[in-house]
Amino acid sequence: MLAYILRRLLYAIPILIGVNLLTFALFFVVNTPDDMARLQLGAKHVTPEAIERWKVEHGYDKPLLLNAEASGSSQFTDTIFFKHSAAMFVFEFGKGDDGRDIGNEIRTRMGPSLAIALPVFVIGLLANISFALLMVFFRTSYLDLWGVVLCVVLMSISGLFYIIAGQYFIAKLWNLLPISGFAGGIDGLRFILLPVLVSVVAGIGSGSRWYRTIFLEEIGKDYVRTARAKGLSEVRVLFRHVLKNGMIPILTGAVVVLPLLFMGSLITESFFGIPGLGSYTIDAIQAQDFAVVRAMVFLGSFLYIVGLILTDVSYSLVDPRVRLQ
Amino acid sequence: MKPLFEVRDLVTGFGPVRVVDGVSFRVAAGETYALLGESGCGKSITALSLMRLLPDGGRVVSGSVQLGETDVLALPERDMRRVRGGQMAMIFQEPMLALNPVIKVGEQIGEALALHQGLAGQAARDAARGLLDAVGVPDAVRRLDSYPFELSGGLRQRMMIAMALAGRPQLLIADEPTTALDVTIQAQVLDVLRRLKAEQRMGMLLITHDLGVVAENADRVGVMYAGELVEEGMRDAFFSAPQHPYSRMLFEALPHTGDGGRLTTIPGQVPKLDGATRGCRFAPRCPFAIARCRAESPDWQELNDQRVRCHLAGALPARQERELTAHSVKQAGQQLLQVDGLKVHFPIRRGLIQRTVGHVRAVDGVSLDIQAGRTLALVGESGCGKTTVGKALLRLIEPTAGSIVLGGERITAKHASILRRQAQMVFQDPFSSLNPRMRVADILLEGMDALNVGAGSDRRDAVARLLHQVGLPDDAGGRYPHAFSGGQRQRIAIARALAVSPQLVICDEPTSALDVSVQAQILNLLKDLQDNLGLAYLFITHNLAVVDYLAHEVAVMYLGRIVEHGAATDVLRAPRHPYTQALVSAVPRIEPHDGAGIIRLAGDQPSPLNPPDGCHFNPRCPYASEVCRKTYPEQTELRNGHWVRCHWVAGQGFSAGRVD
Amino acid sequence: MNSIQPVILWTDALIFALLAAVLALVWLIRRQEHLLAPWRVVAQRPMAMGSALVLGVFVVIGLLDSLHYRERLADSPADAPQYSVEVLSLFDALLSELRARPEKTYSAPLAMHLYAKEFVERDGATVRDYPRLQFGGAHLQHADARLPDIARRTLDGAMQGALAGLLLFAGLAGWQARRRQMTPGGWLATWSRGDLDWPGRTVVLVVAGMLMLTGVIVQLASGYHVLGTDKVGQDVLYISLKSIRTGLVIGTLTTLVTLPLAIGFGIAAGYFRGWVDDVIQYIYTVLNSIPGVLLIAAAVLIVQVYIESNPEQFDTAAARADIRLLALCLIMGVTSWTGLARLLRGESLKLRTLDYVEAARAFGVSNTRIISRHIFPNVFHLVLIAIVLDFSGLVLAEAVLSYVGVGVDPSMYSWGNMINGARLELAREPVVWWQLGAAFAFMFTLVLAANLFADSVRDAFDPRLGGRR
Repeated sequence: MLAYILRRLLYAIPILIGVNLLTFALFFVVNTPDDMARLQLGAKHVTPEAIERWKVEHGYDKPLLLNAEASGSSQFTDTIFFKHSAAMFVFEFGKGDDGRDIGNEIRTRMGPSLAIALPVFVIGLLANISFALLMVFFRTSYLDLWGVVLCVVLMSISGLFYIIAGQYFIAKLWNLLPISGFAGGIDGLRFILLPVLVSVVAGIGSGSRWYRTIFLEEIGKDYVRTARAKGLSEVRVLFRHVLKNGMIPILTGAVVVLPLLFMGSLITESFFGIPGLGSYTIDAIQAQDFAVVRAMVFLGSFLYIVGLILTDVSYSLVDPRVRLQ
Repeated sequence: MKPLFEVRDLVTGFGPVRVVDGVSFRVAAGETYALLGESGCGKSITALSLMRLLPDGGRVVSGSVQLGETDVLALPERDMRRVRGGQMAMIFQEPMLALNPVIKVGEQIGEALALHQGLAGQAARDAARGLLDAVGVPDAVRRLDSYPFELSGGLRQRMMIAMALAGRPQLLIADEPTTALDVTIQAQVLDVLRRLKAEQRMGMLLITHDLGVVAENADRVGVMYAGELVEEGMRDAFFSAPQHPYSRMLFEALPHTGDGGRLTTIPGQVPKLDGATRGCRFAPRCPFAIARCRAESPDWQELNDQRVRCHLAGALPARQERELTAHSVKQAGQQLLQVDGLKVHFPIRRGLIQRTVGHVRAVDGVSLDIQAGRTLALVGESGCGKTTVGKALLRLIEPTAGSIVLGGERITAKHASILRRQAQMVFQDPFSSLNPRMRVADILLEGMDALNVGAGSDRRDAVARLLHQVGLPDDAGGRYPHAFSGGQRQRIAIARALAVSPQLVICDEPTSALDVSVQAQILNLLKDLQDNLGLAYLFITHNLAVVDYLAHEVAVMYLGRIVEHGAATDVLRAPRHPYTQALVSAVPRIEPHDGAGIIRLAGDQPSPLNPPDGCHFNPRCPYASEVCRKTYPEQTELRNGHWVRCHWVAGQGFSAGRVD
Repeated sequence: MNSIQPVILWTDALIFALLAAVLALVWLIRRQEHLLAPWRVVAQRPMAMGSALVLGVFVVIGLLDSLHYRERLADSPADAPQYSVEVLSLFDALLSELRARPEKTYSAPLAMHLYAKEFVERDGATVRDYPRLQFGGAHLQHADARLPDIARRTLDGAMQGALAGLLLFAGLAGWQARRRQMTPGGWLATWSRGDLDWPGRTVVLVVAGMLMLTGVIVQLASGYHVLGTDKVGQDVLYISLKSIRTGLVIGTLTTLVTLPLAIGFGIAAGYFRGWVDDVIQYIYTVLNSIPGVLLIAAAVLIVQVYIESNPEQFDTAAARADIRLLALCLIMGVTSWTGLARLLRGESLKLRTLDYVEAARAFGVSNTRIISRHIFPNVFHLVLIAIVLDFSGLVLAEAVLSYVGVGVDPSMYSWGNMINGARLELAREPVVWWQLGAAFAFMFTLVLAANLFADSVRDAFDPRLGGRR
C-alpha cells in the first residue's frame, strides 16, 4: 500500500511539470512580460524604463525557459519558468500583482471555501443517495417515472438560475437569510445556509439520476436475487446488498473531488460574496493576475492528483476485491 | 402419500409471451425431481415463479403452487418471505455472480440464519461453521471470513448450498447448480447435494440441461419444451425408453461413447411463445408428426410409469440403432504440425518500480504433433492453459519459447502470414466471435482480403461456396449476425476459418455454448468437413464425450503441461494417469453403471501462479508418494505412442493397465 | 449590381459543413438496417419525438441566423459599392420589425410605458411621469384599452395557430389515409387510439401547440414588445431568439472539436496499450488536472489579446465576435475530450480481447483495418450518446463562462450575456426580471428538449441502461 502511494506520488511529478509548462506556455505565447507590465502599470505610466523596472521588481527580466548566457545548471534555473513555476513544487507561490503573498491568501481563504463546499458535498451526497434510493425502491411505479422527469427538469435549469432565484426569493423578497456575505464562527451559519441550500438543489437533478442508474444496474445482478431468495425484505436487500455495492462507484467518484473542495466554487462564492479561493480565482482571472492564476492551477492540479490517489486507496478500502500493489 | 410440493397448471407470462404454459408436477420429500430442457424452454422461469422471484415484467398468470399445506402463490409478500429461504430455498447457476461480492460469505450465510432460525453472534457463527462442514468446505472457520472472490468455483457453490440450507428448507431448488463448474468439481458438488438430500429428507427440484446429471441424480424426470412439460416419468423408465419424440432425439443427439456414428439433429428452431402456435409445439420439428399434431395440442397419455404429451404415445416406431461409421481410419498421414517445448509465461510485476518478480506459467513446455486430416483433442479443465496453447500456435499470444513447425516450415514472427494461410481458429462463444456490425459476406471476405487469397472477383463466388459448405442459405451473406441462432453463428465462424483454405483448424470449445441438439449439428458438420477437405483439427475442449466422438488422438493437460497423450480409444477407455482417470470417471453418464471405480478428486486445481512442487497433481492425487512431491515425472512410454507423466504408473510397470 | 454582399463567417462555414455531415450520416444510416433499428426505437417514443420537434425549431432558427450578409449602403456609387459594417442574417431580415423598433431603455413585457420616469411635456407643463413607448402599444389611445387589446390579440393568434394546425392535420390525415389505403375517418380512429407505428398524437399536439404559440407571439409582437426591452431599449424577444444560434454553435461545434481527439486518442490508447496508452493517459491526466475554468480563462485571454493586437484581420465587429466564439468552441473542445476518450479507451480495451478481433488478427488484418472495421463501429453508439448528452451541458456552460467573463464576446447575443447584463438590475425596485426570465426560459426549453431527446437516444442505443425506463 505504502509503496503504491509512493509510486503514485512519483508519477505525479511529471504530471505537475506538464501542467506547469502548459499554463506557462499558454500565458506567454501572446502575453509577454512587456504586455503584463504595460497592463499593470496602466496607460499613464508606460515608459520603457518603467516597464523594465516593473519586470525586474517582479522577476520577469529573465529569459523564459533557457538562459543561454548563464552557465551550467543555472542555464535552466535562472529563468522565468524556473523562478516562478518550479518554486511551486515546494509550495512557494510568491506574490500576486497586488503585492500580497499568495500562499498567505490561500491559507486564509481556504476556511471560507471549505465552510461552503464541505456541507454542500456531504449534504448533497446524502440527498442524492436518498433520492436515488427512493426512486429505485419504487422503480416499477409512476413515482420513479416522475422522479426521473423531475431530475431531468432540475438538471435542465441553469445553475445561475438557482443562485439568482434563491437570492431573490429567499433573501430579498422573504428576507429569510442574508443575500450575501460571510462571517466566522456560529454567526457565520446564517450566511452559509443559503449558498449551501442553493448548491445542493442545483446538483440534485443530475446527481440522483446518475446514482439511480448505478443502483438499477446493481439491482439487476444475480446476487440481489440470491438475497431475495433468502427471504430478505426489499428494504433490507436495498440497504444491505444494493447500497453496499452501489456505494463503491459512488464513493470513489466522490473522493476524487474531495481534495478539490479546498478550491471552493467560483460561481457560488462570487455571487454570495464569500471570501474564499473561488472568488479569489475569479478576481484573478478578471484582473489577469498571472501569478495567482498559475498558483491556483498548480494547487488545483496537485489536489486533483491527491484525489486520484485517494480514489485508489478508497477503492481498496470499500471493495475487498481491489488490492493495491 | 401426499406430495411435499405440488405445482398445478402454472402459467407465467412476460407481456403476451407465455414463457411457462401449463406446467404441473409434484415432488415428494426425499425425492429429486429433475426438470430437463434446453436453453429457453422455460425451466429457470418455472423455478423463479415457484419462488415468486420473477424479474421485472414477468408475472404468474395462473396456476397453483402447494408446499405442504401452504398455497405459495396466494401468500401475501410478508409471509412469502418466511417461505423463501425458510421452507423452499434455491441455488443458482453462476456462484460468482450469485454471491454478493463485497460481503463476507460468513455474513451472507448468517443473514439467512438470523432470518429463519433467529440466530445471532457466536451461535450464528457456530451454526454457519456447522453448515460449511456439512457441505464439505475444508478449514471452515477461516473460510467464513472470506469474500467470494477469494474462493474457487467449487467452494463458492458449496457456500451457496450452505446458505440455502441455513433456513432448513423442505424443498431445495437447484437451477443448473454445476453448469459453470469443471467436471471433477461438478462431481464433488453433486455428491454433496445427493448426500444432504438423503440426510435431511428434503425434496429437490433439479433444473438442468444435462442428461448425464439427470441420470445420476434424479428419481423422476420431467422434460420441458417451449414452455410446456412434454414428458414425465421415473428415471429408469425414462432412460430406458423415452416416449416423446423430442426426448428421444435429445438422446440421439448426444455423442455416445465410442460409436462414432452420425448424430441425430433436430431440424428447425423452438417456436415463438406468443400463443400463436396451434397443435403440438414440437410438431414442426418432429419427424413423426401427423396431421392431427398440427391441429390439436396433445393431452397427457399415461404409459405405465410414464406420462407423455404426444398423440403418438406408445405408437412411435422402435428406436433405431445408429449407423456405425466407426472412426474414419485414415492412417497417419503426413506430419502437419509439430510443436516442441511451447511455453507461454506471463510476467508478474510488483513493487515500487514494477519489477518482474515471477511468471505465471500458463503453458509450460507443451509438445504436440498433428497429422494431416486427423484430430488431436486437447483436454483439460478451465485454467489449465489449453486455450492459451491454441492462441500461441496462431501467435495471437506471443510464445515465450518453443518451436512451431507447420507444413515443414518453421514459423517465426516473420513467417506469420504462412501460418495464417494454413491454420485458423474457431472460437467458443458464437456471439462474441462475430462482429455484430458486419454483414456475413464481409466477415467471410475479411480473411481472403487480408491474406490475398484468390483473385478479387472470385472471392464473391467463394463466399457463396463457403455458405453452402457449412449449410447456410444463400442469402445469408447479406444479413448481419444477429439474424442467426447460436448454431448458425457457429457455422458462420467455421466458414470464416475455412475461407482461406487452411489445413489446420484450431477449434476452441466450439460447442460448449450450444445446446445438445445444436452441438450435434456442429459436430456432424466438423466431421463432414474433415472427410471432404482433409482438414486437421486441434480440438480444445473439456467435454470428454465430444472428444470421444471426434478425436483420433487425445492430449490431457493439467496446469500448463500435458500429462497423458495417446490414441483416443486408449486414453479414454484405459486412462493411466490418475488425473485422466478421475476426469473420465467424473463425467456423468446416461448408461446405467454400478458406480464402482469412480475416483473423486479432492480439492481444486491449484493456481498456475504457484504450482505445487514435484508433480503438479500430487496434492489431489490418491496415489501420491514422496517422490511425487519432489520431482516432476518424466514421460513414461506405454504402447502405441501412449505415454503418461506419472511416477505411480512408471513404478507399476507397463503391463498393469487398468481395464474397465 | 448586388444590393447585398454575402458574408460567410467561420462558424457559418462550420455549421453548414456540420449540416452536410449530418445529412450524409442520415443517408448512410438509412441504408443500413442495424444502424437504423435504434433510431426506429427513438422515433417510436413520444417523449423523443416531442423534444425532437422543439429542437428542430431551434435548429431552423439557428440555421436561418447563420446565413449572413451585408447590405449595400444606399448612397454608395454603383461601380464601387460600399457595404454596411453591420452584418445581418436572413433571420434578421425576417424579424426586421422586431429589430428596428428600439425604445429608450427598459420596458416591461407588453407594456406601453417606459420603466423609468422621465420629464415629459404634458398639456404644456413638464411633469415627471412614465413616458409612452415609441412603439409598444403606440396604437392605443388610453391605458385602459391595453388589456382588452392584448386579450384580443392573444385569442386571434391562438385561433390562427389552431387553424393552421388543423389544416396541416387534415392534410396529414388525407395523405396518410391514402398511403395506407384507409378512409380518413379510419385513419383518424387509429390515430386517436395511438395505434400508429409512430407517436402520432404527440407529434400533432406538439406541432399544434407550437403553431398556436407562434400565432400568439406574432399577433402580440406586431403591437408590443412581447418580452419587454432591455437597458438600451432593444426588444428582448429579438435578443433571445438571436441567442439561439450562439447556444447551438457552442453545443455542436465544441463537440466537433472534441470528437476527433476523443475518438483518436481513446481508441488508440485502448487498442495499442503499452507506451501509446502511457503517453495518452499522461496527456489527459495533465489536461484533466487543470481546473477547467482556469484553462478556458487562460486560453480565452490569449485569444482576446490576439484579436486586440491584430485588428486588421477582422473587418467587422461580427467577424471579431465570431472568431472569439470559434475560439471558445475550440478551447472547450480541447479541454473536454478527456471524458469520452477515457470511456472509449475502456471500451476498446474490452473489445480488443473479443473473439472477433482475435479472429481478424488470426488473418493478419492490419491494425488500421481492425480499428476501422471492428473497433470503431462498435463504439460508435457511445460517441453518439456522448454527443447528445454533452450538448446540453455545453449550452449551460456558456452562461457560466460568460458570467466569469471568459465566455463569448460581450457584443454577441447570448443567454449568458443576457443574464450577466441583467443580474445587477435585480436590485432595482420594481425589479427588472424579464431579461433574466427570458434568457433562462429559452435556455431551459432548449436544454430540456435536448436532455429528453438524449435520454431516449441513450436508452435506444445502450440497452444495458435502457429497457428499465
